[in-house]
Amino acid sequence: MRVGVDVGGTNTDAVLMEGDAVLASFKAPTTADVESGIVGAIRAVMADADVVAESIESVMIGTTQFTNAFVEGRRLVEVAVIRAALPATASVQPLLDFPERLANAVGNHPYLVPGGYEFDGREISPLGEKEVLAAARDIKRKGLNSVAISCVFSPINDAMEKRIAEILRNEINDVELTLSTDIGRVGLIERENATIMNASLVELSKMVVGSFRTALKNLNITAPFFVSQNDGTLMSADYVERYPVLTFASGPTNSMRGAARLSGQDNAVVVDIGGTTTDVGVLVHGFPRESAVSVDIGGVRTNFRMPDILSIGLGGGSYVRDGERLTVGPDSVGFELTEKALVFGGDILTTTDIAVAAGAVDIGDKSRVKNINAALVKNSLAEIHRLIENAIDRVKTSVEDSPVVLVGGGSVLVTQKLRGASEVNIPDKSAVANAIGAGMAQVGGEIDRIFSYEIEGRDAAMARAKEEAIQRAVAAGAVADSVQILEVEELPLTYMPAGAVRLRVKAVGDLAMRKGGDG
Amino acid sequence: MKLTKDNLHDFIRGAAILGTGGGGDPYVGRLMLEQELRKGADIEILDPDNISDDVFAINVFSMGAPTVFVEKIPNGAATVISVRKVEQVLGRKFNAIMPVEAGGVNATLPLIVGALTGLPVIDADGMGRAFPELQMVTYNVYGVDICPLVTTDDYGNSVTYETDTAQRAEWLARGVCVRMGGISQAAGYPMTGRQIKDTAVRHTLTLSVEIGQAVREAREQHRDPVDSLIDYFCTARHPRHAATLFDGKVVDVLRETKQGFTVGRVMLDGIEGSTGKHCEVTFRNEFLIAKTDGRVVATVPDLICCLDRETAESITTESLKYGNRVKIIGIAAAPVMRTPEALAVFGPRAFMMEDDFTPLEELG
Repeated sequence: MRVGVDVGGTNTDAVLMEGDAVLASFKAPTTADVESGIVGAIRAVMADADVVAESIESVMIGTTQFTNAFVEGRRLVEVAVIRAALPATASVQPLLDFPERLANAVGNHPYLVPGGYEFDGREISPLGEKEVLAAARDIKRKGLNSVAISCVFSPINDAMEKRIAEILRNEINDVELTLSTDIGRVGLIERENATIMNASLVELSKMVVGSFRTALKNLNITAPFFVSQNDGTLMSADYVERYPVLTFASGPTNSMRGAARLSGQDNAVVVDIGGTTTDVGVLVHGFPRESAVSVDIGGVRTNFRMPDILSIGLGGGSYVRDGERLTVGPDSVGFELTEKALVFGGDILTTTDIAVAAGAVDIGDKSRVKNINAALVKNSLAEIHRLIENAIDRVKTSVEDSPVVLVGGGSVLVTQKLRGASEVNIPDKSAVANAIGAGMAQVGGEIDRIFSYEIEGRDAAMARAKEEAIQRAVAAGAVADSVQILEVEELPLTYMPAGAVRLRVKAVGDLAMRKGGDG
Repeated sequence: MKLTKDNLHDFIRGAAILGTGGGGDPYVGRLMLEQELRKGADIEILDPDNISDDVFAINVFSMGAPTVFVEKIPNGAATVISVRKVEQVLGRKFNAIMPVEAGGVNATLPLIVGALTGLPVIDADGMGRAFPELQMVTYNVYGVDICPLVTTDDYGNSVTYETDTAQRAEWLARGVCVRMGGISQAAGYPMTGRQIKDTAVRHTLTLSVEIGQAVREAREQHRDPVDSLIDYFCTARHPRHAATLFDGKVVDVLRETKQGFTVGRVMLDGIEGSTGKHCEVTFRNEFLIAKTDGRVVATVPDLICCLDRETAESITTESLKYGNRVKIIGIAAAPVMRTPEALAVFGPRAFMMEDDFTPLEELG
């Protein structure tokens, strides 16, 4: 038996699960100390299902705390950045493109040292050990405690980053280190940015993980706990302490995965209609399709794996304007729906009023919308459906119809068949989809590197890449027998001789369960 | 005119559009420029209409694989070494820097070299867009020698090329580039003021800034940015025919890598004004030929750009995918790029296409 928890900005949800079955669920407001909200929610589901702490095998937590802290520039520590690259890359210094507010929060402490690799694995320069040592002493003198380490083409070889880490550990007691190879993909600046983000969150991550530990201790739960990553897989508690950045955007991921599990669909388009926006994404084999392009977080460009989500300005609170041309959204009354919508006594025509007038849902005072003319209701619904259908079509990868899973409070707006949908599922319990998504216990491993087909041949390179991805999944806690290759992407390099190919392989397996343990 | 931090973003947006689907992401170029501008660089842009014949300019660019560019960032200092080597060979100093390519990442590099050397940058180039190879340049078409060409790696090691043709220089330099780590910094096509006036595509740097600005202002004022871009070309100082060729969504992309190039086709179904029609655009790194319902509507070297239909942000051939809502626009290439000599070097036949070039405005 396991517990899934979702700590959102507003609510803390918990579910108790056995296999795919949800035994109990609970929703409570997130508390200022986070801890007591988690304790309350888990206690409630345990009581509901009449389960004792000893029978819980693992706890999975999804949290948006780190994303919010970074975007708001709160509770970040100053970071030193060491990049092994000289004589290459001096033309773009680390931190160059950070917005001013975040640049101030993380400080300006870049150190470029000789080192780095070529695309084919040769060294650009031998690692400048003297320069690293000098940097370490300077970092110590400044009293900095968190260091981001990057290196050109470290996804091909992480040896230099590891050696830099070793030198720093020898020089500075209790220094926190983030290696770019553990965080991101090919693309130096974007990977380095994500590494710096991570390094800036290390203090907060210790606190947050500490509060999770305390919460579980207060419940007498001794089972290990895990935290959701943005690709839908889990990481262990000590891993999230070191790599908080990997939780970014895990909220939408968990929501999509949870919705899919509830509806029994592993390959589907998930449409989450909230009050202000509709988020649309695609699940492939139960995991969200990842964004192929760079992703800005708080104005900082990164390239780590993120779910590919399309957000449109349509929700239960969207304005409906009947002008020369009828428009729906993109603005919304948002959380003021229960004051401003017609059915709640306000004077703004919203999509919710249209749904009530159409008889699709009965909330508020429906007598207040009985005079809206039928053509307006019909045209508004048509526009709402057109917006959703367009969004579905944009995220789909082929022309064929796809199953659609509809979640969120705004799903009442969908009253007709959706074009592009082979079927529409509206699962029960979708209110706690995030917690269910967190509770789906899978772990993964991934590699992204350039191989030479000329030297080792395609089959051997592919086999080696797959084997390494599987090993990484097992190292992350997967049952070896359960690991499967989820994705293989093969990208031949342009402007290069045939044979240089970038391979991305992702493997996923079931989390090895065990009772007890220390988390 | 000067390049400053105020018009930098407009310039980058414009250079991406002139990339016509290729040319590499100018993002890294923006960062490099940003670093120089913060150090107080003063980058002066020279109008080619007003230069004297004794101007002596050198074209600079990066060669290599975009995948390598994003790790081993182009090195401005290495480019300066290439420039100095060409000076040594010729026994003459340059007094201006010039881009060979107006689209993509190579549009940015000359400005960085301008910042590093203090030399002004000529507001002109040899493509007026992006092309995949070094001989596909107006200078070459009209008899300017690419040699001496020098390429330099990050350590400052240089190779000088003295070849009979630009094709051969391209071929050799491309091979050396792999040994240099997949990226090299090049200087070639030394040119006098006279040669610039006779052979270059003029005002392409200011063109990038101005189209980037047109798109930004349209977004700010909630006007259609694609329409604003078309209007800009039709009413510019040197007006050029431009038109939206198709409004649609991507229904399929066929893509493969052949001899180091991304070749393929994108298929679109029409929406709004193009409802019921189909469009197919062939590409080889850059977009080459657009057809609507089987009829040719634009051919290289005229510019074919694929833009997000809401924001007019340029979409590259590598990032196109099913579901993209785009407008395909055509922009007439400058007259200097449409002569029979020019078409022999970068017309459709030079890309192994079976159609001949027809000016955009005649395809209607």
